[in-house]
Amino acid sequence: MNAQTGFKSGAKLGGRERLVVIGNGMAGCRAVEEILALQPDRYAVTIFGAEPRVNYNRIMLSPVLAGEKTFDEIVINSEDWYSANAIKLISGDPVVHIDRKAQQVVSRGGVIESYDKLLIATGSDPFVIPVPGKDLPGVVTFRDFDDVETMLKAAETTQKAVVIGGGLLGLEAAHGLALRGMEVTVLHLMPTLMERQLDEAAGFLLKSELEGRGMTIMTGADTGEIIEKDGRVAGVKLKDGNVIDADLVVMAVGIRPNGTLAKASDLKVERGIVVDDHMVTSDPNVLAVGECVQHRGACYGLVAPLWDMCRSLAAGLTEQPKGYEGSVTSTKLKVSGVDLFSAGDFSGGEDCEDIVMRDAARGIYKRVVVKGDKVVGTVLYGDTQDGNWYFDLLRNEDDISDIREALIFGQAFASGGALADPKSAVAALSDEAEICGCNGVSKGKVVGCINAGAHSLDAVRSQCKASASCGSCTDLVENLLALTLGDDVELGAKTMCKCTSFGHDDVRRLIVEKGMKTIPEVMQELHWSTPDGCSSCRPALNYYLLCALPGEYVDDQKSRFVNERLHANIQKDGTYSVVPRMWGGITNPRELRAIADVVEKYEARMVKVTGGQRLDIFGIKKEDLPAVWADLNAAGMVSGHAYGKALRTVKTCVGSEWCRFGTQDSTGLGVKLEQMSWGSWMPHKFKMAVSGCPRNCAEATIKDFGVICVDSGYELHIGGNGGITVRVTDLLTRVETEEEALEMSAAFVQLYREDAWYLERTAPWVERKGLEWVKSQLLGDPETVPKLAERFRYSQQFSQDDPWAKRAAGERRDLHSHVGSIAAGPPADGAIKEVEPAE
Amino acid sequence: MSSPDWVSVCPSTAIEAGMAGTVSVDGAEEIAVFHTIGGDFYALVNRCPHKGGPLSQGIVHGDSVSCPLHNWKISLNSGEALGDDEGCTPTIPLKVESEQIWLDRAAITTRERV
Repeated sequence: MNAQTGFKSGAKLGGRERLVVIGNGMAGCRAVEEILALQPDRYAVTIFGAEPRVNYNRIMLSPVLAGEKTFDEIVINSEDWYSANAIKLISGDPVVHIDRKAQQVVSRGGVIESYDKLLIATGSDPFVIPVPGKDLPGVVTFRDFDDVETMLKAAETTQKAVVIGGGLLGLEAAHGLALRGMEVTVLHLMPTLMERQLDEAAGFLLKSELEGRGMTIMTGADTGEIIEKDGRVAGVKLKDGNVIDADLVVMAVGIRPNGTLAKASDLKVERGIVVDDHMVTSDPNVLAVGECVQHRGACYGLVAPLWDMCRSLAAGLTEQPKGYEGSVTSTKLKVSGVDLFSAGDFSGGEDCEDIVMRDAARGIYKRVVVKGDKVVGTVLYGDTQDGNWYFDLLRNEDDISDIREALIFGQAFASGGALADPKSAVAALSDEAEICGCNGVSKGKVVGCINAGAHSLDAVRSQCKASASCGSCTDLVENLLALTLGDDVELGAKTMCKCTSFGHDDVRRLIVEKGMKTIPEVMQELHWSTPDGCSSCRPALNYYLLCALPGEYVDDQKSRFVNERLHANIQKDGTYSVVPRMWGGITNPRELRAIADVVEKYEARMVKVTGGQRLDIFGIKKEDLPAVWADLNAAGMVSGHAYGKALRTVKTCVGSEWCRFGTQDSTGLGVKLEQMSWGSWMPHKFKMAVSGCPRNCAEATIKDFGVICVDSGYELHIGGNGGITVRVTDLLTRVETEEEALEMSAAFVQLYREDAWYLERTAPWVERKGLEWVKSQLLGDPETVPKLAERFRYSQQFSQDDPWAKRAAGERRDLHSHVGSIAAGPPADGAIKEVEPAE
Repeated sequence: MSSPDWVSVCPSTAIEAGMAGTVSVDGAEEIAVFHTIGGDFYALVNRCPHKGGPLSQGIVHGDSVSCPLHNWKISLNSGEALGDDEGCTPTIPLKVESEQIWLDRAAITTRERV
């Protein structure tokens, strides 16, 4: 179509076609550069820019904020460039209207330009979260130089900054503001920083590093409103009620393609302006490039794809057939001293295999995701030297099957011919070469130790300590074992799971020794081979940390088995059963009435008397659980923990109060035991019983801890089990008073809690450790029992908190309800409209 | 195959990473929407191919979920049982856009409730 009507800025200037560019940013100018490079004399170019300045490198705003660069240093095209190429620059005057029929654009200031080709490069807009106070003075985004100037001014005169958004941009803003002397708090909605670019492990390292630099990082922080004082911003209030003071609030939660102008001109706009492989929009005379476009369904917010687009656009405008095929992107964080690289798809997936290397001592985490024989993604933290190499392998889709074994060690190692075989690499090491950095063990020492009879990894670890600390040299030690012994290597003790080379004992010991505090930290420090563990190790680590750090560790719900997350027992049909606590198996009319009412009100299909002397209500829907608990709470009942690796029940007989054979108050002691130990998390379920005489009606000799009352006092039994393999208890000791029985019980429970492996009942634990060991621990030194009992009581003060009451009061309502619903059929008009992005 | 009939079901922030949410469907089986620790979203029919356990209640690790009933590991990507187990749970096309989770209604409502 040719220009038809209206004012034209002259005929084609010197025979040149007229190219008008809307947007004086990186994409617009780069596209012009590419076109000029191909056909310098073809187009007469006019560029409109909204900002009143020349074209600068927007991604370098972070170093400007941080004081590492000046504005002049980030200018890409100075005024000379515009004049040298006869480009008409209209800056500070954005285009407000496109008349596609007339092939003209109109600026806010009334400038009208005609075009033969129009290029839209309007970039993207920062997303401002729609909360009260978002427009207050002192609330800024981080997009252009004006924003940087506002921040710099704030840093000069005020103290406290809050950055909303822990993505690339937010962290760079936070870093810059911190360097400018502000106290910075970063609020991030998701649990992991930069979750689009980083996995949990790398996100954890980054968070630790930034916190070490004095920033406060709050994850899972959902902004509710921005608080005002004296007409300015004064703080941020989170939806959980927390308030963080702030003199400056930077919103850096993301960007969205700016397609406003294109949409108003009836061009096809979805998420971004829709373009083909030559960046042509739905109008053949209108092109678009950069962050404002949507190409093959994808929108990009990084700089590398933009260069690719501009090349393809120029090729198209000069009739060369090189189309754009989309980009694979990589990310580097521009925070000095933090080495971080990510590229491609590292979320794993069908047929993907993760190769993970961690070096805790040097703070390194490397992960390469391989699919078939190709690299599809990588995350590197601490050592990003090989980032570009992996990125090349990824982009070129190189076959890596030959170097797979050595891939994770990097380019130098993997391309090193013979060194590519890890075994030959180890063989080539000298005897003096250090194998284990933590314990200073040389190759000669390890081989000597193996030759002296250490034929398993465990034996080497215990005899010369190689790989016994952080485990990062486990591969080397295993290769040395194989080299020295061939097939005679003995398989060691079972590891916790396939994610680690450590057994439970080592993990428990190292958590305490190294003072580790979170699951990602354990996985990093102990070189987990998977990014976030598995359903075996996550619950185990959660328990070990909970046990090691009472009152301090925050329970990780996503590492809990469903029963412990919903505080009820899942049944085969997906409903739940609910067991309220009945202390020592005693109940009363009020409790029974409440239970009966619950059964009727929630249409429970069965009530069953359990082996542990409780009533189990079956067939409750997960949505009804909080209401059921509220009703049971109202009658004074709390959670019975029938669902947990926890103290289950204390079963009793009626004892001396009623029974003609009873020797002691067995029910009274049972209630006291249960009140002391309810709510405690254990390696596995834990059951107790108290029988009032040796007739043992409470079956105390098949319990984890059983008491048999006798005339002279109390026999204390341990390690019984009535399950698959019935095991009768061992007699631990006899005591004379109820107080002693309670004290010993607390000590035994704590010994089990601190020593057993997760999912190991007391019966196999006692068999594994030996009764003599347990006795020596509890009866050897008179100081031990009070100390263990004290640790148990300390930990109990944090766990005797009815989980049902919290849920009934509304905590974690999300776990009990659907996140959404879908109606039967489509709406009447048959079309489901996509919602518009919030402005 | 016809093009997806996208319907938004909840904001992407409604499901914590490492957890799953359920979407009730009028006249068809419930859908489980998973948010992995790695940050990805997947949707599957909320039923284990083994004994019908609610996968949404399982522990999510990597891009798989362990069924709460018998610990079968199911790939969130393909719905296939992993390891030596055999079986497959239907997957539902999902996209995240404008901070919303969108599911393909056609893939859901054409399924009969079992």
